[in-house]
Amino acid sequence: MALLELRALCKNFGGLAAVNNLTLDVQAGSIISLIGPNGAGKSTVFNLITGIYAPTGGSIVFEHRTLNGMRPDRVTAAGIARTFQNIRLFSFMSVLENVMVGRNARMHASIADSALRTRRATREDREVEHRARELLDFFGLTSYGSEWARNLPYGMQRRLEIARALASDPRLLLLDEPGAGTNPAEKQALMRLVQSVRERGVTVLLIEHDMHLVMGISDAVHVLDYGEQIACGPPDRVRHDPRVIEAYLGKGA
Amino acid sequence: MKRVLPLVIIVALAFVPLLDRNASHISAYADTGGLVLLAFGLNIIVGYTGLLALGFAAFFAIGAYTYAFLASPQFGIHLNFWPMIGVSAAVAGLFGLVLGAPTLRLRGDYLAIVTLGFGEIVPQVLQNLDKWTGGPDGIAGIDQPRLFGFGFGFNPVPYYYLYLAIILVSLWLLNNLRHSRIGRSWMAIREDELAAAHMGINTTTAKLAAFSLGAAFAGVAGVLFAAKLSTVSPSGFDFNTSVMILAALVLGGMGNLPGVITGAVIIGLLNFLILPQATNWVQTLGQQMHIAVLASVDLNQYRFLVYGIILVTVMLFRPEGLIPSATRRAELHAEASSGAPAQADG
Repeated sequence: MALLELRALCKNFGGLAAVNNLTLDVQAGSIISLIGPNGAGKSTVFNLITGIYAPTGGSIVFEHRTLNGMRPDRVTAAGIARTFQNIRLFSFMSVLENVMVGRNARMHASIADSALRTRRATREDREVEHRARELLDFFGLTSYGSEWARNLPYGMQRRLEIARALASDPRLLLLDEPGAGTNPAEKQALMRLVQSVRERGVTVLLIEHDMHLVMGISDAVHVLDYGEQIACGPPDRVRHDPRVIEAYLGKGA
Repeated sequence: MKRVLPLVIIVALAFVPLLDRNASHISAYADTGGLVLLAFGLNIIVGYTGLLALGFAAFFAIGAYTYAFLASPQFGIHLNFWPMIGVSAAVAGLFGLVLGAPTLRLRGDYLAIVTLGFGEIVPQVLQNLDKWTGGPDGIAGIDQPRLFGFGFGFNPVPYYYLYLAIILVSLWLLNNLRHSRIGRSWMAIREDELAAAHMGINTTTAKLAAFSLGAAFAGVAGVLFAAKLSTVSPSGFDFNTSVMILAALVLGGMGNLPGVITGAVIIGLLNFLILPQATNWVQTLGQQMHIAVLASVDLNQYRFLVYGIILVTVMLFRPEGLIPSATRRAELHAEASSGAPAQADG
C-alpha cells in the first residue's frame, strides 16, 4: 500500500471542476511530481490534502487514515507538511523561531507549563531549539538565525519554508513550486536539496511548473490539465506523451 | 548592562513612596500601575496574537464587579481580598472564552466591531440591572485588603506596592509565555493564520487562550481598582477606558513588553497626574491674574485631544511605537546576526 493514496478525488468550485477524478499513489521514499500549465489544479490538490478545502468527492488516504475534511493542524500532526506557492513565512519572527514554530505539532508543553516555565517546558524548548538549529545548518541558514524572516533574500526564504516544514518530522513533504521566482542556478540547487530531503527519509510530492526541472529527480510524474490527469508515469515516457506536449505547447506543436 | 537596568528600575520604583510623600502622586502612580496591567492583557490579544479587540474595558468591569459583588455590603458577602484576585481573574477569563468562542472565526474589522459591541453592552447591563449592580451609582463600601492585620484603607502606598508586585509577577509570566510554544503560536497566527494552522497549531484554541488570558489580566486590574477606590460604577469602564488602553499599546509598541510598559506609563501619568496637576496650576494662575477663562479651565477634558495628538505624531514618525519589539537580539544568543544582508522582498 502506498504512503498516500488519492482515489477519484474531485473538487468543484460552483460549476468549475478544479480537480476532477484524480487518482494518484505516492510510494514511500519516492519523489513524485505534479506538473501542468497554470490553473491546472495542482495547488488545489495540495489544499485538499492539507485540509484547506474539503473534497467534493473521492478520498485521501494517508498511512491507512482517511484525511477527507481533516483540519490543517491535524493533517500536520498526522505527518504531512507543506510549503506554499507564494511564500508564507512568519515575517516578523526570527528565522530560528520560524523553524521552531514548525515543530509545534510535535510539542506537548501546556500553557501552564509555558507560563510557569516548568522543567518539562524548558527541556522541550531546548530540544526544539536544538533541532531547529540543526535544520538551519542543513539548509545553510545558520548565519541568519536571528534575522527576521522578511529580511532574508528571496531564495533563502524559499529554503526557510522547507526547513520550517521539515521541523514537524513529516513522512510526506508537499512542495508547491519551490523554485518559483528563482534563477536557473538556484533552481538546480533546490532540486539537489529536494533529493537530499528524500535521502533523509522524507517522501516528496512536488508541484512544478517547469517540466524539465523535475524530470531528473522524479520517480514518477503526473500531468494535470484543467483538473484532469492527462498522463502519468516515469519522466521519460511522460515527456514524449503527445497529450502532454499538446497541453504545454498547444495543438500542432 | 542589559541585566542591570531592569534591576535598577525596580529598586528605584520601590523607593518612590519614600521620596515622594505626596499621597495624590502615589495614588496616580498606583493607578498607572493598573493601566500597565490592562495593557499587559490587551497586548496578549492585540500585540501577540494580532486580534483587534476593542471594548477591552468590559473585562476590567467584570473583574471589578466580581469583587464588588463578593466583598461589599451589596449582598452582605465579604470574601477575602487575596483569593478574590484569582477568582476575578478566572471569571473575567471565562467571559473572555464566552465572548471568544463564537466570535473568533471573525477577522479584522468584524472582530473589532463585535468586541466593541461587547464593550458597550457590559457597562449598559451594569447600569440597568440596578437591583444587583446599584445602577449608575454602582456599589460603594467595597472591602479593602488586609495583610497580616494591616488594613490598606485609603492609603495609596500599600496599593502602589501591591501593583508593583503584581506587575513584576506578570512580567515574569508574560516573558515565559512569549518565549514558549504558546507565545510562538500566537505570533505565528498574527503573522499568517493559514500557515500557522499548517504548523500544527490549533488556531482556535490558541486564539481562545489569548482572549481568555488577556481578559484575566483585566480581571486582576479590576479587583485592585475596586479595592483601592472602594467603589465601582459603570462610568469607569466605558469606551474611553478601552481607547486609553489601546492608545498605551500603540504608543509604546505592541508585542514588546518594555514598549507596552512605557506606553502605559506615559498615558497613565498623563491621565492621572499631569493633566490634573496642570489643571491646578492653570486655575491658580487664572485666579491670581483674574482671568476667568483660565480659572475655570479643566484640562482633563482635553485628554482625548492629547491622546490624539500623541497617536498621530507616533503614527507619522514612529509607527512601530516608541520601543518596538526587537525579538531577534533579545531572545537569541547573539552568535549570528552579523553581516546578514538585509534586503527585503518576497
